[in-house]
Amino acid sequence: MPRALPQPTPETQHFWDGCKVGELRLQRCRACARSYFPPRPFCPHCASRDVEVYPASGRATLYSYVINHRPRPDMGPDPHSIAVVTLAEGPRMMTNVVGCPQTPEALQLDMPLQVVFEKQSEEISLPLFKPAEG
Amino acid sequence: MPKSIAVVGAAETTKLGVIPDVSNLGLHLDAALNAMADAGLKPQDIDGIATTGESPVTVAAYLGITPKWVDGTGVGGCSFMLHLRHAAAAIAAGYCSTVLITHGESGRSQVGLPGYPRSPASPQGQFEIPFGVSIPATMFTIPVLRYLKTYGVTEEDLARVSVVQREWAAMNPRASLREPITVDDVLNSPMIAWPYRKLMCCLVTDGGGALILTSAERARDFPTRPVYVMGSGESCEPPMISMMEDFTSSRAFRVSGQAAFASAGISHADVDHLMIYDAFAHLPLYGLEDLGFCAKGEAKDWFRERRTAPGGGLPMNTNGGGLSYMHSGMYGMYALQESVRQMRGTAAAQVDGAKISVCHGVGGMFAAAGTVIFTNEA
Repeated sequence: MPRALPQPTPETQHFWDGCKVGELRLQRCRACARSYFPPRPFCPHCASRDVEVYPASGRATLYSYVINHRPRPDMGPDPHSIAVVTLAEGPRMMTNVVGCPQTPEALQLDMPLQVVFEKQSEEISLPLFKPAEG
Repeated sequence: MPKSIAVVGAAETTKLGVIPDVSNLGLHLDAALNAMADAGLKPQDIDGIATTGESPVTVAAYLGITPKWVDGTGVGGCSFMLHLRHAAAAIAAGYCSTVLITHGESGRSQVGLPGYPRSPASPQGQFEIPFGVSIPATMFTIPVLRYLKTYGVTEEDLARVSVVQREWAAMNPRASLREPITVDDVLNSPMIAWPYRKLMCCLVTDGGGALILTSAERARDFPTRPVYVMGSGESCEPPMISMMEDFTSSRAFRVSGQAAFASAGISHADVDHLMIYDAFAHLPLYGLEDLGFCAKGEAKDWFRERRTAPGGGLPMNTNGGGLSYMHSGMYGMYALQESVRQMRGTAAAQVDGAKISVCHGVGGMFAAAGTVIFTNEA
């Protein structure tokens, strides 16, 4: 069963285009300089429409998560993390932490993470996170 | 104005639990008929309607009600707290005189349950569903590890909430689950989404409930003991759990709770009975703290000290809660029903002499909140 995938909208197309080419694209307000997520064409902090898209570092820390022991059919048979990470630039996003055992011992809050992109289709690559090296 | 509006009719569906022979809409109507019988009213006496899950248009039409005021606010399980608050304002404003609020949900049997399709282009369809979220147990629970780490709360503390709720349920003949459980039972129950075990998650059942409100002036002419609306609050915060501002505290809870206490003009020490919507074991902990009953991180001590348990200083979730009484999906109506029963003096586990009840609901995954404060003193 293919994984449930996002359908980009005009307001979010830049984000999914970025994932496709291996770039985590955030938006930032030119008026108050704050980054935000999910995408929208104005700043949620000061309502300015003067915003820009920029490539984020891809660095993050693990904010919180669960390990789903009843995975959705399209997610495969094994328990997997559903996590929220705090990006180095400030915003948070949902993801899966991959590249390590899906156990409480391996998944420690505040551990450093790095984005990886997993190709799902010609149009969609998902931003997942793995433990940072070094 | 505090106490200018009263609940004069309140009832749940004839049956609760597993009801395969009644549709989702039918549960709304059964509860409405029971509430009208409770208040001694006919459909033509009702001139305001509020509901969610089904359209208020449908419910009004099936019951033969001609409304002058309609509210279809749908923000999840606390919608009924918001309906009650809006209805009180509408009656005070003269838009209508007698409001019926209905809830019915075939959550377990899924008979005629309206679907909730989530478009892959919606915010959640783009930014949460691709990562495997499904049932509420895979979303509502995501903040909890951060809360546990921040305040030194343990998995045993979460389990203790379920144990205390079951103690209350044991006193309630209509509760779905009444067998006593221990902390070990909870921790050894099947893993759903670590750290959440099955007994830390609410039931999935069928049922419904309905409320009827009118002015306090008219309330005296009804056969039931009036339960006055003393204060209320409501709020919302981001629609997705991943966007919640602070995983250790609900902004919507804080805003709603503060408005309710301010409008009622009471302090926390005045509260005799408390309902906090418990879809999962962590919600009473967040609720006690975010409503201001204790400081952040202290709610675990309330459970260690059994302060909300039978015999404790502040009885909470005395029907057994969503964890043990019933949970059809939008539990807020059942919390309101228990507050009304406590204020009428008719609850299965009645709190002797209770005069003020606080009833707090959550909607979505920490996405909305509604709080109503009731009293039985005019």
